[in-house]
Amino acid sequence: MSPLAIFFVIIGLGLLGWISARTRASAFAGVGEAKGRPHSLPAYHGWYVALWAALPALLFLALWAPLSSHLTMEAVVKSPPAATLPAFEMQRNAILAEARELAEGTRTASFNPQAGALAETYKAAAVRYDLMGTVASLLLAFAGGAFAFSRIGPAFRARTRVERLVMGGLLVASLIAILTTIGIVLSLLFESLRFFSMVSPFEFLFGLDWSPQTAMRADQAGSSGAFGAIPLFWGTIFIGAIIAMLVAIPLGLMSAIYLTQYAKPAVRRWMKPLLEMLAGVPTVVYGYFAALTVAPAIRDFGRMLGIAGTSSESALAAGLVMGIMIIPFVSSMADDSLNAVPQAMRDGSLAMGATSSETIRKVLIPAALPGIVGGVLLAVSRAIGETMIVVMAAGLAANLTLNPFASVTTVTTQIVQLLTGDQEFDSAKTLAAFALGLVLFIVTLLLNIVALRVVKKYREAYE
Amino acid sequence: MADDMILSEAVRHERPDPVETERKMSAVGVSVWYGEKKAIDQVSIDVGRENVTAFIGPSGCGKSTFLRTLNRMNDTIPNARVAGRIELDGEDIYGPDMDVVQLRARVGMVFQKPNPFPKSIYENVAYGPRIHGLAAARADLDEIVERSLQRAGLWEEVRDRLQESGTALSGGQQQRLCIARAIAVDPEVILMDEPCSALDPIATAKIEELIHELRGRYAIVIVTHNMQQAARVSQRTAFFHLGELIEYGETSEIFTNPKVERTKDYITGRYG
Amino acid sequence: MNSPSRVPTDWRDAARQQRLRRRYAAERRFRLLGLGAILLSAGFLAFLLVTMALKGASGFVHAEVRLDIDFARSAIFLDPAMLKGENAATAVGAADVDTPIAAAATAQLGAEGVRLLSDTAAQTVRRAILADPSILTRQASLWLPASSGLDAAAKDGDDPRMGPVYARLKQSGRVRTGFNGAFLSSADATDPASVGIWGAFKGSLLTMIVTLALAFPIGVLSAVYLEEYAPRNRWTDMIEVSINNLAAVPSIIFGLLGLAVFLNTMNLPRSAPLVGGLTLALMTMPVIVIASRNAIKSVPPSIRDAALGVGASKIQVVFHHVLPLALPGILTGTIIGMARALGETAPLLMIGMRAFIAAPPGDLAEPATVLPVQIFLWSDEVSRGFVEKTSAAILVLLAFLMAMNGIAIYLRNKFEKRW
Repeated sequence: MSPLAIFFVIIGLGLLGWISARTRASAFAGVGEAKGRPHSLPAYHGWYVALWAALPALLFLALWAPLSSHLTMEAVVKSPPAATLPAFEMQRNAILAEARELAEGTRTASFNPQAGALAETYKAAAVRYDLMGTVASLLLAFAGGAFAFSRIGPAFRARTRVERLVMGGLLVASLIAILTTIGIVLSLLFESLRFFSMVSPFEFLFGLDWSPQTAMRADQAGSSGAFGAIPLFWGTIFIGAIIAMLVAIPLGLMSAIYLTQYAKPAVRRWMKPLLEMLAGVPTVVYGYFAALTVAPAIRDFGRMLGIAGTSSESALAAGLVMGIMIIPFVSSMADDSLNAVPQAMRDGSLAMGATSSETIRKVLIPAALPGIVGGVLLAVSRAIGETMIVVMAAGLAANLTLNPFASVTTVTTQIVQLLTGDQEFDSAKTLAAFALGLVLFIVTLLLNIVALRVVKKYREAYE
Repeated sequence: MADDMILSEAVRHERPDPVETERKMSAVGVSVWYGEKKAIDQVSIDVGRENVTAFIGPSGCGKSTFLRTLNRMNDTIPNARVAGRIELDGEDIYGPDMDVVQLRARVGMVFQKPNPFPKSIYENVAYGPRIHGLAAARADLDEIVERSLQRAGLWEEVRDRLQESGTALSGGQQQRLCIARAIAVDPEVILMDEPCSALDPIATAKIEELIHELRGRYAIVIVTHNMQQAARVSQRTAFFHLGELIEYGETSEIFTNPKVERTKDYITGRYG
Repeated sequence: MNSPSRVPTDWRDAARQQRLRRRYAAERRFRLLGLGAILLSAGFLAFLLVTMALKGASGFVHAEVRLDIDFARSAIFLDPAMLKGENAATAVGAADVDTPIAAAATAQLGAEGVRLLSDTAAQTVRRAILADPSILTRQASLWLPASSGLDAAAKDGDDPRMGPVYARLKQSGRVRTGFNGAFLSSADATDPASVGIWGAFKGSLLTMIVTLALAFPIGVLSAVYLEEYAPRNRWTDMIEVSINNLAAVPSIIFGLLGLAVFLNTMNLPRSAPLVGGLTLALMTMPVIVIASRNAIKSVPPSIRDAALGVGASKIQVVFHHVLPLALPGILTGTIIGMARALGETAPLLMIGMRAFIAAPPGDLAEPATVLPVQIFLWSDEVSRGFVEKTSAAILVLLAFLMAMNGIAIYLRNKFEKRW
């Protein structure tokens, strides 16, 4: 039976359990010590039985699926036809994978004749294990349901138990967040460590030459690759932390100042959402806009100025558009910070005969500075993690240059570049992407932690 | 009974000097609206040149609102509207010729809750003279800061720690710092909006002493909800109620022999 | 204590007045700077939208060529009476419509007539036959989609190649431009004149369903736990910190996670909406948690106390009272999170959604693509026809996002209770 069918059967059994338990429980209303006021409503008894029937079986099913595929593969490997498989691991795995695909029906013709024979073995083993799994889960469902049913009675505190289970469920849900973080860190670490076993971390972090090639075969020419990531780090900083910030900080800060200090409330009410719309535009649209309109204009401008090395994919184009995208991040944090400065401080300055701009420049901004700085750090973190704009408008050439009209590449672009096409997953080239991902993760994490700490300390000062 | 108590309080301090009736500021027929709500109704009053004038009345009666019209701080409130005429040395402060920035340097304000800037003590006091260009050189600025802090009675306590943050001082010290800050721009009038309500009794006493010392130099208007304080520090008192000026006269008169029934009821504690 | 009379500051002094004027000028400049910043930012947004609209408007229009096909005399041997039920589609599919089309084209449009029609012309004819089988017995005049070259000439007045041809056809009334419904209903193709976004759209839809089904319950339940039950200890602090950090992790990292875990370790099908949805769910979940926590926090304790006072259990208080009141805030946050997920490209590129998918996905496990990725793939194409189609697809995507954000704002304004 297909997993989906089994799933529905188990759900059905649960429903059956619910109905029967509830019916039984509604008879409790007038019995014994529970006369007139039973501890739990009948529905809770129903849920108790239903959950006991369905949950263990579903859990088993979830665990069985990967287990059974592993066991099936084991069985195939141990079977007689598999004895003729080549010893070379890559070929062997490829044939086994083909066999599996043939058996599952996702592939209709195979490259390798051996795969056909193995597919039959695979199918047989799969059927066997599937049957085992189905029977076991159904048994579990029945057993659980029966056990729970036997326990319900007038004095049974069904509601407490069900609620405890619900609370457990809530806890599990929250743990998913931690699991995800751990998952990210582990998977990045794991693959990066494999990478660092092929390429030294020193070369990666401090090397100046980025040309990632790996040999497909041992004797291939041009097999040496350089994995020095400094040009990538520089490209990321150049576009995200320098050019984009040169656009976003003045525009964002001055917009926030105008909105909080000068604009009438009616104007502010629609201007603020308008600015936030800038953050809602998908980055692929920004990237397309950058590639279509901005980059050619910059290229022409650069040519007009006679700057050498002007390319149609430039750091300036990507940086400008990224800066525009980041404006709402800066302005929103600055807005919040400026609003958090107590009105009394503003009144104190105005009462001395200072103009609005003097009050803002000399009193409000220094007072709001930690919040503003926090906002800028968060914006930088967002900018360096941005992918689509740079993929579409900056370039692929690892270039260590100060020329904004030239094409540079960034960490995120290279991650995308390294993982496209059919790669052998184990090659240094693909693993380099994970190493880059690890660096990106750590840097953005640090930036975020520092930014939030700065903002928090500042907010405490005013509360 | 209550009358005697108040009078004896007033007598305990030195008897106030004969008041000068020369007008520093005068208001004629002033009304203030917040949106549709009328907060002040046709108030006319004079502020003497070398006097301390007290505004008293129950909370919410408009004393602070009226005080804020005297230095045009109501301009910062979006839907506030002021009608009537207010003059400083004979000039209409709402007129086109009067510059609000200058006005606020001439008419300083101390707020209810001390609001020093999150800067050093020195910078707090130096801020005003800096923006108005009152000091040509650093030495002049130093002198202004020292003089202001001395006049505010704070110099001895902070002379060794001028670079420390103004917010690190105690409540009473912070309020004196705010007074020093207001003094530093050399105003002619100082408005005080319940300056002691956030302070403990000892700090309050210090501030009242300070008001006494400042009296000759600046015209002072103090809003207070504490009648005894008004009796202690002021020469003239105005009683506000529900946005109207009920009675205005010599402090001793108001507290011993009020002419209006409502004033008498308030003074004797019948309400408010 | 009366001090000796002091020298009051002379505010009328010329130097003083000059200084005052300068200060006011600085004030004016500063204020203008602020206004300028806002106008510039809004201007950029407007410029972007207008550019996309201008370039994409023509994507919704396509040229059609009229062909008169004599079905009765053609070589299509189909009995109209048989064309009922399920067999009809297969039968029509097998029929040779290309020959009569080619014949009619050469006769009516000129020697190169066939080149003027799009590859999908045959499909249009088949659809017409299925719609009205009786046309097989007579002559019919059909409007068939034009080739990209002719389409380009129709939109660009001065196209050197096809310009004269188009002019000639226009004069004889054989060509017209109309709304390109096929753009919205067909999937990707190699010919820019016949591409459509339906395949990508369906992929987006399926992916969003998976994302919502996973992120919403997990997000809301986590928020409930963290706000109502979690004791204040190191573990819950760590969970909180994790969630806050996850919300700020670049989206491409989630793509790497998806690649390493879902594709490589768990062997889920590559490029499927299931995997895309899983990856995006991990990304959207922290956003929903944070929004839900704020919504739950804003429900006043007095309501909880009242419910507890009547004897409700903690869980009942949460599910009967707190959650319903916090629901508008939760929904707003969810919609905003989903809007962000809808526009994401990078993580889905990582899990393989960058292949050419010619047919919309049938279920959650088939290879698919999503609208932003489709835009990305088309943006690489150099032929002119793709520029307008890419911009048109962007307009569709932006329209959806605006609708979603509009609903969120409406919900927020309508139901936001001020306690």
